[in-house]
Amino acid sequence: MLGEKELLKIYETMLRIRSFETKIAELFAAGKIPGLYHLSIGQEAIPAGACLALEKGDYLISHHRGHGHMIGVGLEMSKMFAELFGKEAGYNRGRGGSMHLADFERNILGANGIVGAGIVIATGSGLSAKLRKTKQITICFFGDGASQEGTFHEGLNLAAIWKLPVIFLCENNQYAFSYPARSGCPVGIASRAVAYGIPSVKVDGNDPLEVYNAVKDAAARARSGDGPTLIEAVTYRWQGHWEGDPDHHKEIYRPRTEIQEWMAKDPIERFREKLMKMKLLSEETDGEIKKKIQVEVEEAVKFAEAAPYPDPKEMAKDVFATMVVELE
Amino acid sequence: MREITYRDAIREALYEEMERDETVFIIGEDVGVYGNIFGITEGFIEKFGKERVRDTPLSEMAILGCAVGAAMTGMRPVAEIMYVDFTGVCFDQIINQAAKMRFMSGGKTKVPLVIRANGMGAGFQAAAQHSQCLEALFMHIPGLKVVVPATPYDAKGLLKTAIRDDDPVVYLEHKMLYSIKGPVPEEDYAVPFGVADVKRSGDDITVVATQAMLHKVLRVAQTIASKGIELEVIDPRTLFPLDKRTIVESVKKTGKALIVTEECKVGGAGAEIAAIIAEEAFDYLEAPIGRIGAPHIPVPFSPPLEEFYIPSERKIEEAVQKLISIK
Repeated sequence: MLGEKELLKIYETMLRIRSFETKIAELFAAGKIPGLYHLSIGQEAIPAGACLALEKGDYLISHHRGHGHMIGVGLEMSKMFAELFGKEAGYNRGRGGSMHLADFERNILGANGIVGAGIVIATGSGLSAKLRKTKQITICFFGDGASQEGTFHEGLNLAAIWKLPVIFLCENNQYAFSYPARSGCPVGIASRAVAYGIPSVKVDGNDPLEVYNAVKDAAARARSGDGPTLIEAVTYRWQGHWEGDPDHHKEIYRPRTEIQEWMAKDPIERFREKLMKMKLLSEETDGEIKKKIQVEVEEAVKFAEAAPYPDPKEMAKDVFATMVVELE
Repeated sequence: MREITYRDAIREALYEEMERDETVFIIGEDVGVYGNIFGITEGFIEKFGKERVRDTPLSEMAILGCAVGAAMTGMRPVAEIMYVDFTGVCFDQIINQAAKMRFMSGGKTKVPLVIRANGMGAGFQAAAQHSQCLEALFMHIPGLKVVVPATPYDAKGLLKTAIRDDDPVVYLEHKMLYSIKGPVPEEDYAVPFGVADVKRSGDDITVVATQAMLHKVLRVAQTIASKGIELEVIDPRTLFPLDKRTIVESVKKTGKALIVTEECKVGGAGAEIAAIIAEEAFDYLEAPIGRIGAPHIPVPFSPPLEEFYIPSERKIEEAVQKLISIK
């Protein structure tokens, strides 16, 4: 059972993700940040619950909709925003942007711009930990879209036959861009685990505690050498596929009523009510937490805006570890 | 010096590096129990165990993805792709993942990975999906080093460098070279990347050639020397990094250049080398730059078709004669 501290941490993490991404939407709409943005507003319960079940040194692999995972494991908003602004102070020194956020010092092996690519890379960090005889596990987040890629089959199969310490966590937000998960996988993503002979569980992805418990069990299994688990966490993205997706403003592939139904299942609001009922949160402390996070976001943006851009002359140094590419 | 085959040279490099560094492991199809389709890793599983000589299902994306993940987390995988043609199945992991991880991270990770692509090239009627020369595809991608050994000595020395290197290396083995023999020292050595080998010195024309074509060019050079024509034959050995200086300096000396590669000529590595010569030695050229490569068609199956497809010694000699005749 999670204690008061952890429950409040989950709540704060969800709020931090929401605030961070709401700010991105605002900055992007105002033309203040370059790039492509895939927001996970509405899906915050998954990273908040999952990351709490990890241990220091575990590997994490994310995807194009990955800000939540980064915040979930404690990356600093200032260095994240600096990356989004394309600044040298960013986690990737302005070389990666939103889709490639990573923190190798914390074994966060990165988001990824290619859907499904991380699923097979996760088998590698899993195998590496096994060969080096450490107790590290790998958690690999991916979406329902990625579950339709060939890497899903190859990666889950390899992890299964080699009993690799990997958790495959599918964030089923029900649409791969415009394509519904129910069309692409009528059998249900979690039920595919049977084909690989590994355990799977389908959870309410808008309930951080369900996610936490599933990941905790899967982590224990992975750490004790019993191999991978597939978790399907069902959720919903409120925004468009990317910031600028016209579906966000006009009905193209998602009925507005469907979006409203899911907004009514807001994971943050649900958890807030729960904490209130448990007397762990009052209107007053809730307000304090939200204010604190707002200040954190504003300060992070201020830091990122003021930070210097990288020097173009330096970029040739990052292509290879052992040589510098010519810049003409 | 003792002589061993190109196959044994590759085998020795792998064996010695696995003995030297326990983070080196092999992952691929039929590499363990079977010992590789060309016999390169025979006996490895007995020596190093199945944890380090990992037979995989037919899952090239997983082989490469697993290797990328392992390379980023402290291991030095040697991922094997049975025929270079099969890289088509796992291209994402090569060009979008392995090649770009370091750059995208702002230099905060490294990917010490060797992709040993076996069985490149035409010559034994393996047809269009088991015979291609794809070096140009990899050369075009920033973040990859591309190695094209032509001799047993270079095969061993370059593979050692590849395994010890902290960047992803595409190591391309030409299937028609596995059985050729050449001198290879017993003691440890490595061949650096980006250093071409001048196989033969001459004043009349510079001929740049790789892998199977290098051997044909050397035979032509031998024959044509009796007619008083001296070829300067250069093997770049690595296409990225490419030793431009040796090539350009040679062309400045001879005033003529011919590039011979087995790949399709269109958009090939040979085209890049020709462009570099044109950019950096134009004023020294006494004749147009010559290029020989395969025609722009898939590798055909039928023996006479395949024979016609692969650049021949006759074709090379004719091209040399034609360029020499230009005054």
